Amino acid sequence: MGLREGLLCILVRGDAHGYRLKSELESVTGDTWQVNIGQVYTTLQRLERDGLVESADSNADGRIVYKVTDRGHQEARQWLATPVDLAASGRDEISLKVLMAMVSGVSDPRRVVEKQRGATMTLLQDYTTLKADDFNDDLAWQLYLDRLILSAEAELRWLERVEARLDVMPPFEVTESHESEATDPEEVNR
Amino acid sequence: MTEPILSMRRVGKTHGSGAQRVDALVSIDLDLMPGELVAVTGRSGSGKTTLLNMAGALDEPTTGEVIVAGQSLATMSKNELARIRRVAVGYVFQQFNLLPSLTAVENISLPLELDGMKPDEARKLAEKSLEEVEMAGMADRYPDQLSGGEQQRVAIARGLVGPRSVLLADEPTGALDEATSESILKLLRSRCDAGAAALMVTHEPAYAAWADRVVRLRDGRIEGISERTKTPLTTADLS
Repeated sequence: MGLREGLLCILVRGDAHGYRLKSELESVTGDTWQVNIGQVYTTLQRLERDGLVESADSNADGRIVYKVTDRGHQEARQWLATPVDLAASGRDEISLKVLMAMVSGVSDPRRVVEKQRGATMTLLQDYTTLKADDFNDDLAWQLYLDRLILSAEAELRWLERVEARLDVMPPFEVTESHESEATDPEEVNR
Repeated sequence: MTEPILSMRRVGKTHGSGAQRVDALVSIDLDLMPGELVAVTGRSGSGKTTLLNMAGALDEPTTGEVIVAGQSLATMSKNELARIRRVAVGYVFQQFNLLPSLTAVENISLPLELDGMKPDEARKLAEKSLEEVEMAGMADRYPDQLSGGEQQRVAIARGLVGPRSVLLADEPTGALDEATSESILKLLRSRCDAGAAALMVTHEPAYAAWADRVVRLRDGRIEGISERTKTPLTTADLS
């Protein structure tokens, strides 16, 4: 999510200065989103320039308090009402690696699948450990964790499907590298 | 250093010979440490159940050896093997396999009594085991008075009663809905955190993820092992 929209949504709840905005944003996302204070101020300046927020006089501590304008409120509502276009962000590195391995002959795609599956499974194990921690029952955090778990599961299922398809295909020809035959396979798979 | 509670050393299993020869397992090396939950995954036919049967002395390997509590199963007599199955390793299956004419507590105490334990002592151990799976209040119910999840809890209590500390579980959540499956995995996890060890076959990645290590089999061989990160993630890692 864009910092811009996040700040607008928080400001709709009430006027606030930059540092307060940063901590509220982090708190409502269960601390899953760490925000850089410098970025917060730059973004607030842009929002002000675009007429979406106004800066009021500084408060007792000398901090500038920001306030959302009607246009800003409207923009926040518009943003929430617009579904995320997944088609536009569909290019992910894992599918790219598998597809490139299939067409390039640089690496056996089965090996790419196997490596990725190990890494994703470790991640899923770590997420599951976090989920089992009862003391962390913050709702925003739990929901976000569920999403990460489901994405990791979906990726593992997809890799399973790729492997099943590759298994019925003839073996892939892997072109030997001319220069560095001693290349660390770990490096190649990064 | 802690000794593994169960070790497989270059374990292989071959069915048939000549053109009909099938290598169900090929040179498996695997250690199960006390307190560890290990999941075994892989497609059907990859050797998961064969591996579990070897670990539990339900089947003999063609090559290699299985060592339980420091003793090689290959050197044991039939009686000793039967004893290992009664006192060292417990089983949990997809179908809970509880005897319908016995109550929950009797399902756990009967095998102990058959092994020569006094009824009072057997009942005491069975009750303690039921308590550990949070089923103390249902000791006198019959299996048909329990839900699927509760029956599986009783099966786990039976698998880990008394001196037993190794649980071998074949798709233990297979017949259960998602929420109940999760509670069973949480239970397995907590029993392992309390010192037991479990080897669990599952085809569900989400369930395998509860394990410390996930062993992936392919054509009877270990294709890879994924380990939980030793230092757990913190919320800051996810931003």
